[in-house]
Formats: sequence, C-alpha cells, structure tokens
Amino acid sequence: MAAPLTLLLIVAVTIRAALFRSSLAELIAERVEVVSPITAWKRVVEGLALLDLGVSPYSGDVFHETPLIIYMFHFLVDYAEITFMVSLNKNIILKHFVVEFRKQKFALEADRYPMDSLELIRSPKEMYYIPLKVAMFYLLNPFTILSCVAKSTCGLNNAVLALFFLSTIKGNVLLSAIFLCLATYQSIYPITLCAPAMLYFMQRQYIPVNFRRVSFWWFIVQYLFMYLGSLFVLICLSFFLLGSWDYLPSVYGFILSVPDLTPNIGLFWYFFAEMFEHFRLFFLCVFQINVFFYTIPLSIKLKEHPVFLMFMQLAVISIFKSYPTVGDVALYLAFLPVWSHLHRFLRNIFLVSCVLLACSVLFPVLWHLWIYAGSANSNFYYAITLLFNVAQILLVSDYFYAFLRREHHLTNGLYLKRKDGSEATLILK
Amino acid sequence: MGLLSDPNRRRALISMLTRLNAPICVVCYFAGVAWFMGLAFEPFTLRTYMSENAMGSTMVEERFPAGERALATGREFAAHKKKVGGMPVDWLVKNMQDRGLEVFTQSFSRTLPFPDENKERYIVKGTNVYGILRAPRAPRTEALVLSAPCSPGDSNNQAVGLLLGLAQYFRNQIYWAKDIIFLVNEHDLIGMQAWLEGYHHTNTTGMSWSPLQGRGGSIQAALSLELSSDVITSLDLVLEGLNGQLPNLDLANLFYAFCQKIGVLCTIQGKLQRNDWDSVSGYSHAVQTMMLMVMKQASGRPWGDHGLFLRYHIEAATIKGVNSFRQYKTDATTIGRLLEGMYRKLNNLLERLHQSYFFYLMPSLSHFVSIGYYMPAFGLLAVILLLRALDLWVQLNTPPSTTEDGVADIDQVRHTPGVLSVLTPLVISHLTGVALYALPIRFQETAVEHFPVSETEAVVLTAIAIYTAGLALPHNTHRYYIMCVCGTEQGWRVLKLIAVLYLAVLLGCTALINFSLGFILALTLVPLAAFVTPHVPKVLSAFILVILSPACTLLFSVFFFQELQEMPVSFQDGWLLYLSVISQGILDHSLYGSLVYPLIALLVYPCWLLFWNILFWK
Repeated sequence: MAAPLTLLLIVAVTIRAALFRSSLAELIAERVEVVSPITAWKRVVEGLALLDLGVSPYSGDVFHETPLIIYMFHFLVDYAEITFMVSLNKNIILKHFVVEFRKQKFALEADRYPMDSLELIRSPKEMYYIPLKVAMFYLLNPFTILSCVAKSTCGLNNAVLALFFLSTIKGNVLLSAIFLCLATYQSIYPITLCAPAMLYFMQRQYIPVNFRRVSFWWFIVQYLFMYLGSLFVLICLSFFLLGSWDYLPSVYGFILSVPDLTPNIGLFWYFFAEMFEHFRLFFLCVFQINVFFYTIPLSIKLKEHPVFLMFMQLAVISIFKSYPTVGDVALYLAFLPVWSHLHRFLRNIFLVSCVLLACSVLFPVLWHLWIYAGSANSNFYYAITLLFNVAQILLVSDYFYAFLRREHHLTNGLYLKRKDGSEATLILK
Repeated sequence: MGLLSDPNRRRALISMLTRLNAPICVVCYFAGVAWFMGLAFEPFTLRTYMSENAMGSTMVEERFPAGERALATGREFAAHKKKVGGMPVDWLVKNMQDRGLEVFTQSFSRTLPFPDENKERYIVKGTNVYGILRAPRAPRTEALVLSAPCSPGDSNNQAVGLLLGLAQYFRNQIYWAKDIIFLVNEHDLIGMQAWLEGYHHTNTTGMSWSPLQGRGGSIQAALSLELSSDVITSLDLVLEGLNGQLPNLDLANLFYAFCQKIGVLCTIQGKLQRNDWDSVSGYSHAVQTMMLMVMKQASGRPWGDHGLFLRYHIEAATIKGVNSFRQYKTDATTIGRLLEGMYRKLNNLLERLHQSYFFYLMPSLSHFVSIGYYMPAFGLLAVILLLRALDLWVQLNTPPSTTEDGVADIDQVRHTPGVLSVLTPLVISHLTGVALYALPIRFQETAVEHFPVSETEAVVLTAIAIYTAGLALPHNTHRYYIMCVCGTEQGWRVLKLIAVLYLAVLLGCTALINFSLGFILALTLVPLAAFVTPHVPKVLSAFILVILSPACTLLFSVFFFQELQEMPVSFQDGWLLYLSVISQGILDHSLYGSLVYPLIALLVYPCWLLFWNILFWK
C-alpha cells in the first residue's frame, strides 16, 4: 500500500513541478475555469503588496480572501509553490485515511442483511485499494493539477475540508468543529456540512436522532457551541490582525452578493449580467438558498448515512456556489471511488462522463472563440457552463438514486419478485 | 426525466440503438452529406441583409474623381520600385507627406525556418510605410485601415496608386470620425504580421521589428486592396482568414451593397452569381462556390493580406481587381468611388461590427448559410461516433447473461483489460504525433547533408517519412500486449471506445473553430472510426484506412481544389503541388501561427493511428 502511494505522490509532484516551471503555468493561472476572483493567486499577491504598504488589503476591489490566508502567505510567500504542493498532498493522505475508516463501517454492515444481498457488500479485498484509488483520483485529476499549478487558494480550502472529514470520521468532535469552522470561515458554504457531521457523531455515540430526547439536543448544543465558539475566535482574530471589520463585507459580502460577474463554470454570472437591477436581490436570494436548502431534505432522507450525505453536500456546494472552480469539482469527484460499490446501479454514468469530458474540452475552445476570435459570444460559453452543471447534477442524482436503490436491495433482497412471481423492476418516478 | 429513470423504456431504446446501430449510422452519414450538399440550394439559404443599423440606413455619396491621377501615381510608383529594386520607401514617405498624412515607417526582418520555394524567400527584410489621416471630427480613438501590398514585379502598382489617390481625396473631406491609416506593406503577410504585432504590442511568432512611432485609435475594420491593371472587369471579395476565421458578414454585405449601387460586377471565389438556381448547372455553380469556400477555409491559411487582422478582432477583407476578357470594364475612378463609399459607411459605425454573423458559408455573394443551418450536417456525422460509442459501451457492460439496468449475475467475471494495454497505444501514437510535429524542421540540416535534396524538400519528405513510419506502429507495440493476458476482446473495445470518444470531441472542437476543416475530417474519419474492428478483412481495411487517413485526405483535397478552380492538374503536378502545400502548411504555422499543422500532427494523426492500431490488434 505504501509503495504505490509513494510512487503516486512522486508522479503527482513531478507533474506539478514540471508545470510550475513551464510557460503553461502563467496561462493556466489566467483561466477563468481554474481561478475565481476569490481564489486567484494574482489577487492574493496584490493583497500582500497592499498589506506591505500598510494599506488595508480590502481597500480596493481586488482582494477577497480571508485575513488569515493573507497573513499566512505574508510569511510563506516565497515558498508559495511548496505550500500549495504540501496542501495538496496533505489533502490526499488525509483522504486516504478517511477511506480507511469507511472500511469499518462496511464490516459492520455485513451481518445485518439478507443473505442474497451479500454480493452487494464489498469484500475487504476490494476495499483495500479504495484509498489508493481516491488518492489517484485526486492527485492525477487534471482539474486538481490545473488548480494547483494556478496556485489557486482553492487547494487550501480543499485541504481544510479534507482535514474536517478526517477528524469527523476519526470521531474527534472538537477537531471536527474547528476544521469545519475554518472551512466556513474560508467560504461560508461549508456550514451546511454541520448537519452530516452532527449526524455522524450521533450515530457513532449511539444518540438517537429524536427531537424529544434531551441527549439529542444536548449534543447539538455541544457541537454548535464548539463550532460557533471557534468561529467567534477566528473572526475576532481576523479583526485584531487587521484592526478593522473591512474584511467582512469584502469577503462574505462578496461571496453572498456576487458583484463580480467574470464568467466561470458556475450558474451565477450570466443570469446576473442579464438581469434587471431591481430583481437582483430576489434572484440573489433564490440562487443562494439553492445551496443551503438541499441540506434539509437530504439530511432527512440520509440521516442513517451521514458520510454519503457529506458527499452529496459537497457536490451541491460545488455546483451551486457563487464562484465555483474546477478545484471544487475535483474535490467531490475524488470521493467517487468510495462509492464504487454503487457502480452497478448507476444508469447514466456513460452519458454523464461523456458530457463532462466534452464540456471540459469545450470550455477553452469557446472561450477562445468568444474572447480572442470574437466570433462567438457569451451565449456559447454559457451554454457549455449550463451543460456542465446539468451533467454534474445528473451525476450526483444518479449516485443518490444508486445509493437509495442499493439500500432497498439490501433490505429487500437483490432479486425482486412480483406477486405473480415474475421479475420486478424498480421505477423511480 | 422519464427516459432517464424508467428502466423499461431505457432498455427498449438501448436495445433498439444497438440492434439498428449499423443502419442508423449509414443513414446518418448519408443524411449528413445530403444536408451539406443541400446548403448550396438557394431556397434553403438566406438572403444577405445588412444588420448593422449605422451602415444600413445612412446615405452617403461617392464623389471620388481622381482615378486617372491615381493611375499616374501608380505608374510613378512602379518606376521608383523598379529603380530601387524593392519598396521605394523614401518616395512613398515623401508622397504621403505631400498628401498631408502623418507618415511613419517600420522595418522588420525574419528568417524563415526553411526556404519558401513558392515565393522564393528565406531571409526576409523589409519596410512598411504607413500614413495616418487624423480624424477631424472625433477624438481619434478609433481607426480604419486601407492597405495595399508592395509586391515584387509589376503587380499591385495600381493598388498603391489608388491608395495614394484616395488618401489625397480623403484628406480634403471633413466628415471623418475615425483615423484612417493608409498602409503599404512589403512582403505581403510577413510585413502585415510585423505591422499588426507592432501596432498591438504583441509578439507571438518571434519576429523582429522596430516599434511603431505613430498610432491611430483601435482599428475597427480594414480592407486590403489588390489591383494589377488599369481597368478591371470585376471585383473579387476574399474573406477567409487565418485558421478559417471569417470577418463579420456585414462587411461582405457592405461590399455587395456598394457593388450593386455603383454597378460593378462582383464575385466571390472568382465566381459570378447566377440567377438560375433551379437549373442543374445553376445549382452546381453554387455548390462549386461553396465548396471553394469550404476548401479555402479548411486550409486555415490567410487567403489575402487581410487574414491576419481577424486575429486582433478587426473585421477585414481583401478586395481583388480581376481583369478578364469580358466586355464591360470598370475604371479606377469607379473603384475609388466604391472604396470611398465603403469607408464612409464604416466611418459611421458606432460600435464594432457585431450585429451580423461570424459563422457562415457563402454559396453566392447574395446568399449565405449560417451556423444554425450548417451545423446539423456536422452533427449528423458526429452522432455516428456517439452511437458507436454507446454500442461499444453496451457491449462492454453486458456480457450475455446479465440484465440491463445493473442487476448482474453473481458469477459474472469481469475481464477488465489492463490499463497498460490501452495506455501504450495512446502514448506511442501521441509520441509519433509529437515526432511528426517537431522533427521535420529540426532535422532539415542533417537531411540535407545526407541526401541530395533542398531544405524545403527535406522538411516535407521527413514529414512524410515520419508519417509513413507511424504505420509500422502496431508491430512495435503488440509485444507489450503479451504482458496483459486478460481479454483482448475487451481490450480493443476499450481502446476503440476511447478512440471514438476522442475523435468525437476532437472533431467537435475543430468544427466549432473551423467548420470546414472539421467537416472534411469528419467526412473521412467518421466512416473508418465506425467500421474498424480487428475482425474485418485486414488487407482491404488497411487499404481503406490509408485512403481515408489525413494525409490522403489532403492529397485528394489538392486535386479537388484544382478541379473546382477549373484548373485540373496531372498527377505529377498534383504531387508537386501536394508537397508544396505541406511545406506551406508548416510555414504558415511557424510564420503566422496557423493551427492546422499542429492540429493534424499532434491530435488528428495520433487519433487515426489508434484506429490503425485497433485494426491490427492481436
């Protein structure tokens, strides 16, 4: 296990190092698919320059990262490349552990279900390679490589999220709350991961999810206290570092009110560029609620499966967030091998992967036609953005359906019979 | 959502698609070809119309009087050109200054990667002269360009004369709201490239030029004039630019409108427009015109000096004066009036030309086919690839004893082919592609030392040699497959699935950027991608595969193009032309950054090699 992983690490680092040195790095760092106004390294450098001059980095409209990031890079700017490498690679090793712990759960499942469902439960041999596959999916994913070479701070966010997963799966409540709070502090949206984290801990500590139980509420209060406490500490720390509250509107206001309509792979820019100004607030609310709203139905449906819920939430965030980049997409794509046991129930995987592949190639082509050749226009680019997101949504819903279907088969047996004895099929309507 | 979630209907659809795969593919192919041929049929096309409001409704008068004087200036220019033996820079500077322009010169030099035998040049040194007429009526933030090439020999002297004549006349008018730049460029496209790079402060091709001393505003439109005789019978409009980019259709409309107004015969691709669209000969005339445009666009070359402007978002076209044996002649004054009218309309522009189409084909100057009409032709071809991919996917996923919809038997043994068996052909064919791209220019000196060939021949022949050597590939790689013993049946299917999807994405992107190139490649590559398996008769299929390979496509295109131009060539001449086309392609890439050569070498050829590989799969 260790040897292939080391090999993988070496390959991944070599690819990145080679790209850092090549002339492509500059080109990649400019791509709108790879960097967003929040995560662009160029903007971080600008913020650092302002900070060095003794001006608040938020005084202009360039820098939108959080104060902690800028102070971190204040000390690390010379080693920026290394930092990104480390953050990425750390990320992987973490994921690797995440999956190790998934194994235990599957072992538990084995003796609970009818005999003919047994083939649905993964054998330990299959599970053995999953961490490696996850690491491979993340490290060799072109999306991650691009995002790392562009020095997008998205890599750091992903690392924090991965740490959160690790600590959650390990069952460390305090660390989990702290990392979740760090992720939230970075980009608000991970707040929706609160629900799966709490559900996971409750499942682990055998606390029933019941609104009438005191223990349930007590746990929620505990977790929220830790979470909000550390959030409070972080926000105050930022305030003391900067000496002003400038950063709140500049970071969170920027994320929530979406003033920068640079095209990206998300859904916001085109709508808000086209919209009449007086509808803006309304649609802003509609679009932002999208990210948070799915937490409720998903948590109710998946309350027994918090880890899958986490995956779903992550995907929803990266699809509906205001400034998505391919780095965000790569994070949840890396989790796909964890659900490799669902593959037999996936229905549209071929279609979806073709569309995702074609879209990723078409992004730069249409961008070229729009911006450089001037012959196409924004509609072409947005069409591809839309298709890309539809494909992502199909992918996620396909996995969701497959998961539910597997659950159904686990309890009802794999070969369903109708009452008259003929073979039955499941239809989702 | 019904189709995506209802397993019964899905199963029915998929089984229909797999059962009827071959017939559907054949139908799609012929439907695509038929659709494409139908595009030239006049009732299916749209009439051109002026979309740009600023150019459509405003009236201008053309009063340019001084055609004869312009021709006299042209003769004087010719005399000085002969005396200096190149561009008469001092004479031009003085003349432009006399006409009240701000005059600047730019010198440039460029060493070609290998000698260009068509134009007989290797180390190119030259000077561009340009004069700026400052706009009296507006803040000089925008500009228009009129250019004429200073070509060797006797050609294009009249164009320079007319340019100077127009400059003198324009100088006395007060309505100019945009700077007008009069440019005489030496060494046609190389000079133009130097000037444009200097104007926009870019350097994309590693050329050396002196910086420009004077600039106008941002250039909105440009016309390049080519005129080699005192009287002409018709004017030809050339639109195709670098990488098959076309200017906004409104520019063509503007030209057509003024030709109509002034009464000049106008052609596109050298073909007059005919009114008998319902007769066979009328239709074939339209097809010829459209096919010429398709061939020219597919070549990715700039077909006139305007071709490089398009890269900088500047709408540009070349206007060529043609003097044939027709009775009806047009003199220089009329051409001057036509250009005056066009510039006055362009002068009225409030924003860049953007209202009309950028993606179009023209079966005649008055009719066009827009992207919405011609894309289905390509789409029908691309669908074949997707259908084949779907078929392969189903074959890979459903061994006989399983039901669709994922519920499989326990004892199903998955023969997943090793990553290695699929990765090796991919990597090797791409490495061959890289060799094809990089080696010909690198190895020209070595080749010249060892073989009795010139540099240009060395480059072309090395390219052909590498291309042919690539065909030996399967024999080199199947030794690796022995390492992977598991299901070779599955192995080639996986490889073919990848290759088919790769081809689909590749052709799709190509067709978006350059429809003609994408379509021509699709015409030849799609059928071979659809039928190749290791089980078809080897020799015959190998022959078909070679015939349909990109290089042979190019060879046929050369003959076909000559045929369309009504200048058929013998096989010997055709072969020589073919060699020169390859060298031109490589030169275009290194001089102007044309993308066709790298596209073919780095992507299309490796993709074709994958299919070659599948045929010889062991």
